[in-house]
Formats: sequence, C-alpha cells, structure tokens
Amino acid sequence: MPANLVAMAYVAAAILFILSLGGLSNPETSRRGNLYGIIGMTIAVLATVFGPRVTAAGYGWIVGAMLVGGSIGLYAARKVQMTQMPELVAIMHSLVGLAACLVGYASYVDTSIAYAGAEKTIHEIEIYLGVLIGAVTFSGSVIAWGKLSARIGGKPLLLPARHWLNLAGLIAVIWFGIRFVQAHEVADGMLPLVIMTVIALAFGVHMVMAIGGADMPVVVSMLNSYSGWAAAATGFMLSNDLLIVTGALVGSSGAILSYIMCRAMNRKFLNVIAGGFGTGEGASATAGAQPAGEVTAISAVETAELLRDAKNVIIVPGYGMAVAQAQHTVYEITKLLRDKGVNVRFGIHPVAGRMPGHMNVLLAEAKVPYDIVMEMDEINEDFPDTDVSMVIGANDIVNPAAEDDPASPIAGMPVLQVWKAKTSIVMKRSMASGYAGIDNPLFYKENNRMLFGDAKKMLEEVLAALKS
Amino acid sequence: MSLTIGVPRETVAGEKRVATVPEVVEKLIKLGFRVRVESGAGAAANFGDDAYQAAGAEVASGAADLYAGADMVFKVRAPTPDELALMKPGTTLVSFIWPAQNPELMQALAARKLTVLAMDALPRQLSRAQKMDALTSMASISGYRAVIEAANAFGRFFNGQITAAGKIPPARVFVAGAGVAGLAAIGTAANLGAVVRANDTRAEVADQVVSLGGQFVKVDYEEEGSGGGGYAKVMSEGFQQAQREMYAREAKDADIIITTALIPGKPAPKLITAEMVRSMKPGSVIVDMAAEQGGNCELTVPGEVVVRDGVTIIGYTDLASRLARQSSTLYSTNLLRLTEELCKTKDGVIDVNMEDDAIRGLTVIKDGAITWPAPPPKLPAAPPQAKPAAAAVPAKKSGHGHDAGEPASARSLAILFGVGAVLFWLIGAYAPASFLAHFTVFVLACFVGYMVIWNVTPSLHTPLMSVTNAISSIIAVGALIQIAPPLGADPEGRPGGLILGLAVLALTLTAVNMFGGFAVTRRMLAMFRK
Repeated sequence: MPANLVAMAYVAAAILFILSLGGLSNPETSRRGNLYGIIGMTIAVLATVFGPRVTAAGYGWIVGAMLVGGSIGLYAARKVQMTQMPELVAIMHSLVGLAACLVGYASYVDTSIAYAGAEKTIHEIEIYLGVLIGAVTFSGSVIAWGKLSARIGGKPLLLPARHWLNLAGLIAVIWFGIRFVQAHEVADGMLPLVIMTVIALAFGVHMVMAIGGADMPVVVSMLNSYSGWAAAATGFMLSNDLLIVTGALVGSSGAILSYIMCRAMNRKFLNVIAGGFGTGEGASATAGAQPAGEVTAISAVETAELLRDAKNVIIVPGYGMAVAQAQHTVYEITKLLRDKGVNVRFGIHPVAGRMPGHMNVLLAEAKVPYDIVMEMDEINEDFPDTDVSMVIGANDIVNPAAEDDPASPIAGMPVLQVWKAKTSIVMKRSMASGYAGIDNPLFYKENNRMLFGDAKKMLEEVLAALKS
Repeated sequence: MSLTIGVPRETVAGEKRVATVPEVVEKLIKLGFRVRVESGAGAAANFGDDAYQAAGAEVASGAADLYAGADMVFKVRAPTPDELALMKPGTTLVSFIWPAQNPELMQALAARKLTVLAMDALPRQLSRAQKMDALTSMASISGYRAVIEAANAFGRFFNGQITAAGKIPPARVFVAGAGVAGLAAIGTAANLGAVVRANDTRAEVADQVVSLGGQFVKVDYEEEGSGGGGYAKVMSEGFQQAQREMYAREAKDADIIITTALIPGKPAPKLITAEMVRSMKPGSVIVDMAAEQGGNCELTVPGEVVVRDGVTIIGYTDLASRLARQSSTLYSTNLLRLTEELCKTKDGVIDVNMEDDAIRGLTVIKDGAITWPAPPPKLPAAPPQAKPAAAAVPAKKSGHGHDAGEPASARSLAILFGVGAVLFWLIGAYAPASFLAHFTVFVLACFVGYMVIWNVTPSLHTPLMSVTNAISSIIAVGALIQIAPPLGADPEGRPGGLILGLAVLALTLTAVNMFGGFAVTRRMLAMFRK
C-alpha cells in the first residue's frame, strides 16, 4: 500500500475515533460509538501493517504478538466482574504506559534515521517526554490498580515534605534531560534516560500513593489522560500524525473528564493531583466535629415494613453495593416495590463508587431502567418529599458535614441530602468511617436508622420480608 | 430592610381560599419577612384572625390598610380592578394570573408598575419547580373533590357489596383525561371501591392510571398526543373519530363520568355529546371539571348543577375552593417554596433572579415591563449538563488550560491567551517546519477532544473512559513500524534484535489493551437499556 493511501487511511481512522468519542456521549448512540472505535483501530493497524514502513519480515512477529495479547485481553474482558471494572481499566492504562516507554527506548537506540541540529534536539526531547509520561502512567496505574483492588491501603500516604520531594524530582528530571539532549552517542545518553525513567516511576508511585481512595475516580481518569499524552509524544517521536491526533484526543478528553469530576466534588484539580486530602495535611480528619451520639439500629424486617408503607423511596447506592454485588437484589426489591405502586428512584452521586459512572454501570447490569436513575442535581430537591431514603454502602457522598461543618475536610462538596427524607436507612457493615476517613453525623440523626451487616445478605432478608 | 408580605381577603364571589395559612406565616417570618393579614382573610377556610396573630402576623383592619403597607402581596385570584387600584407601585404580586386569557389585566398590572409572578406560568417541566407547582396541587384537590361531589349526587354505593338485602354492584366510574386532576379522581374513586376506567391521549400515562387502581382504556388509533409542558395537544380527525366511538361505548356503561380534558389556550374539547348523555342510565352523574373553559360535555352549564335526561351534570368551577382549608394550605406551601427561592439569603429581601429558569418563567411582569411569555427553559432536551454547571459552586480557575466551557473571567482569559501567544511565538521562531506540521495537528486534535467530551452524560463516564483507553492502544502503530522497517540489512550500529524485542513486547501489551478495552466497553454498553 503506497504512503499516500496509508495517510488517507489514517485520516479515516482519526475521524472514526472522533465519532467514537462523540457517540459515547449519549446512551442511544454509545454502542455505535464503540463500533466506530473498533473499525478505526482495525483500519489504523491494517494500514500500518500493509503500509511502506513495515516489511513482510515482520508479519510473523506482528501476528504472533497480536494473537497472544489479544487473547489475553479478550479473556480478561470476558472474565472481569462488573464491580472490578475500575481495576481492569487501571491496569490497562499501565500497559499503554509501559508500551510507550518501550517504544521510546526502541526509537532511541534506533540509529537508522539520522537527524541533525534542531530536529535532533526536538526528536530527543520527544523521546525523553514520551518515556517520562509513559513511565509515570505505568507506575501510577499499577498503584491505582493496587488501591482499587484493595491490595494497597486506601488512605493517602503522605511523606513529609512531599511537595519538595516532587519538586526535587522534577528538577532532577530536567537536569538529566539537558544531559540527555547534549549526549552525542547513544551510549552516553542511555544513562540519563535510565535514571530519568527510575525517577519517573518513583514519581508515579508517590503521586498516586498520596491520593486518597475517595479521589480514585479522578486518578483513573487522569491516568487515562496521561496514557493519551504518552501516545501523542510517541507520535511526535515517530512523525506519525495518527498517533498525535489520537493521543491528543484521548489526552484532552481524559483531562476534561477529570476536571468535570473534580468540579462535581467541588475540589480543585490541582489539589487532587497534589494529593492528600484538603490542605490541612489530613489533620482535620480527626479534629473538631466528633458527633458521637446514639445510633438507632433497625432490622431487615422493620426495613421492609418501612419500605412497604412508603410512597416515595430513593435509593442511594455506593461502593458498598458494588463490593457486596448487591445490585441484582436491589433491583428485585425495586421491581417488587414498583409493582406495588411505590415510586422508587435511584440517586447517583457523580463520584459514587471508585470510577465515574460506576454505579450507573452496575445498575444497568442489573437491568434497572435508566429513566429512574437520577443524578444528584435532579433528585436532591426531592428528598423532603421522600418517605424513605435508603443508603446502600455509601458514606462520604451522604455526609451532612460537607454542608454544615466548614472545618470538615469534605466541606463544600455537594452531597445527596438523604437526611431530609422522613426516614433514612443506612446499610453498612460497621461503624467504620468511609474512604475519606471522616465520621458521618448522618448516622446520629434522629430520623436515621442503621441496618448493620453485609449489604447483599441484608437486602436479601429485606426482599424475603417484602415477599412474605 | 425586610419586606412586608400582605395577605388580603379574596373578594371574588364564592372564593373561599386564602393565599397564606398561619402555619406558613411562621415560616415566612423565619425567612425574615413581616406578614400582615387582612381581617377575616382566612375565615372562609376556617383560619381565624387569632390563629394568624398567634403565628406572628399583624392583622390589618381593611383592604386599603393592608395594600398600603404591603411590599409583596400574596393572592389566590387575579386582582379585580378595585383591588388593583389599592396597590402601591413597585409592589410584587404573587397570584394566579392566566396572562394568555387576560390581556387587559396584564396591561393594567403593568401600568401600575408592579412586578407580577403568575403561579400559573411556572415552567412545570423543571423538576426543581415542582415544589412550587400550585396548578398541580389545586388540580389534585379538584380531582378529589369531583369524586366527592359525584358521590353526593349519585344515589348508590361506590363499592360492590353482598348483603343480606341483596347484591350491590360496584359503581362504574369513567375518567376522561389522566392529568393531575384525573389521576387524583381515579385514586379517590378507586379507594371508595368503584371500578375505574380512564383514558388519555397521552399513552405514557397508562402506567400511572394502573398504579392508582384504574384501568386504562385505549383509543383504537395510533397517534402520539404529548404536547409541551405536560399537556395534551389537539389530535387528528381520524383519531377523534375513534375517540368518539370509544367515549360513546364508555358512556353507555358508566355510572359516573368525570372529565378533565384541557388543551392550553383553547376551549375544552367537547368529548361527551348530548346523545351520549341520553344513552346513560338515569341517575348517572357527570362531573365536568373543564366547565370553566366551556366544558367537556355539551350540556354543561358552568358553575351550576343541571339535570338532563335523568343525568346530573355538575359544572362547578370552584372545586378546589370547596375544599378551602386543604387548598389554602397547599397553595400557601407552594408560595412558601417560591419565597424561599426568591429569598435565598433568608433576610426578608427578595431577588427576582431572571437567570433562574423557574423564576424567569413565573415572572410575567418585571417592574412594570411585560416579560411574558418567557423563552422556553433550556431543559428537557439535555437535563444533565446544564444543571451541574449551575449547581456546583463556581470552581476556581486554576489557570489550567482545560477548564473553559463556562465563560472564564476576562482577566484569566487574557492571561491564558497571553501565555499561549508567547508559547506559539517561541515554537514558531525556533522549531523546524516538520515539527510545526505535527504541532498544528496536535493542537487541533486537543480542541476536538475537548469539544467532543464536554457534553457527555455522567452515566457514561465509565464506558467513555474505557473506550478512550482502548483507543489509546493506537500506540500499537508506533510499535508496528519499529518491528520490521524497510531497511534491508541492519545498517551499521543498529541493534536490530533489541529493537525488535522491545517492539514485539510493546505490541503484545497494547494488543491486550486494544482487544480487552473494546470488548469490555461493548460488554458495558450492552447493559444500558431503557
């Protein structure tokens, strides 16, 4: 295939990717969007393989690598539980990061294309940046994966003087960058490049370790953005416009998604990225409002009675529902209540769960129709007219301290006002605090009831009581 | 300086409601307002002057005294010319107005330099506005009362019974129009034990009818009847023919017919003809809730009860007022919710914020200028994206390049453009041409990504992220061109084996992501259904 045809194929692929992202902005067009993405990718890969820059000698390797990688990917995609989706996405980001690193190294040691002057400098900066971003994405994603799958604790790890550490790392990276660009021989440049890679890996680990579990959705989306920038840098390095376009698309969309999410939490983007929770070095987490008091426990049978007598019910799911795999039981209860004429709706906080839209995916999996799944702003007004609000394994997103207590680390974050309902029921394993590590005054409110136990087990008991 | 809310006695004959009840007076005072009530204002709804005083209101001796001292007036009915003459310029009036039907009244109100909030002009489709929706609360009371009036005029039980004195069949109630009033009537009649059948041109209300214990009667004709703002629209001739046949069938069997069909800005449709009335059993009852707009039944006399061919036809136009205590309580709660929206600062001063969709819709006259009709709110087409922007506390501009989407302040915009210009100049001055071409592509692609993503629905964030992740495996192209470049034999010093190894490994990793990413997105999207 001649070079011009390949270029046209790349344009087609880029358009398909844009259509793909555009299609994903609406449930009706989303499936088509995914299809566009697949077609675009197929075109891009085939055009490259049969294009002038790949000779027949490589076909065996390519087919082999694609077969091995593809089957692993398909297997993982089929096997993954919907609740483990955030982990899967995180670990996949790490693969892209690692691949960007490898391509960078390969491009550096490849001396077949000679550059000179400014072109050489720019080419080397591109390699350096590509490897840098790739390495940060890789190690950051691995840590995010660890946190999401609870292999690493969710609490932010705050090293003393962490901002200085980051700054020192950045200066070192720049310094080695200058050394790298000035090196004339590949062998001379290798050492700075390797040292930088190590620093970048450490930086990725440190950055994500310092971010609390509650902010993981933003981190996942941000890493997604990084993996795009890594691809774009690779594109510059290899003078490949398709890589640049697609990388920039993914990078900017990821950045915007992170920003939208930060805004939903009323957090500043830079604060989230800089890590820790709030500015008070986490001290406020234990300070001030310790609303110790009596909590009122309730049994599953009593819960069922409350639900049966209610006219309006709002269910607020959180990560606890995902962990307990309770979404199907939740839907059974919903169906039963709706058949009895109870108006059951779902209130979804923008950052419920560990990934943006996590709850929507789970509820969709359980076949909850999406027109009764409301967003926070649509439903927050309705709590005063609600008889029962049922919180399933959520904590920070229903914490009234965000509105009432200016000293609270989550002050100003919009929350679902479940306490305004006539009765709120919080389903929880124990009195342990949420991911943000702060107490929740909601539990001590007079109209609140606690239903202790595993969400799925408790909901099944509620369902049984409703049926009897 | 806190404002004084005046609550006059309604002067329209037969109007028993009052715009504010003592319970709400207390809450208004908590919002920082002073409240003055005309003596005897609540008498017809069983709220005495002493109850108002106990709640903290002052009692004004007469209408003139009340209007003279009021900055805001809460009313039920639109003001009469006499009442209007008493209002001081600049007063804010909250009341039912019906601006489309009362153009002269609008002119008079504007000439008086008032600010007028018409409760009937509320954009009802805003879910946020539902708490202020007085039409809905009044309609639901009317629906309830219609059934009670019908039961009163109907000579039999509603529920079926088997007694020692014989078997009593249940009453058959047919409700035409399942809006708020119709649904309330269905629920009430079903609770009394009647067999309830109902029809509406909007097919989507069938579930609601069933949920209240009614049966939905379909018209045998395909047409969608949803108009704007939750009302029905005028239907085609063929449909109307089919509908007439259905009504004729239902009328023959029904003991009680309750009609609620209204089309905004038009006379009520004539659903029940004189012939249908003749076909009904003697002793049957028709309650025509559309009487004020001319009635759904040809024989209705608005405001009166008439008996034709043995069928009692009730054409009361004041059903809500006949349940004065209940309707006053609900209406005044609607007004309270509105006041809370107007006075977010809780200091007894109102802000008629024309940027707010709900308030904008309500405000038909602002400071003497007619602002009716309001432009349609931007809502129903795309609820999610407009709201978060408005609700979230405006985020601080971090100077980060991607935080536009809402108008940035002029200064931060200027800084942004300044930095961009310097950056572009540097690149333009020093970078080689080949780089510039790539750079152009890069910058444009960033903007496309930004435009495409900004409007995504939050529920799709996860699939979106998953698909962008899959797309980022485009890096495979980078690995591909390194595997076997067309060089012939490896040139001097090129570590071909090492490059091949790195590239194959990179390709394998990306392939995992490529196939896995698309497959998992597909799996997720397959689950989104209505």
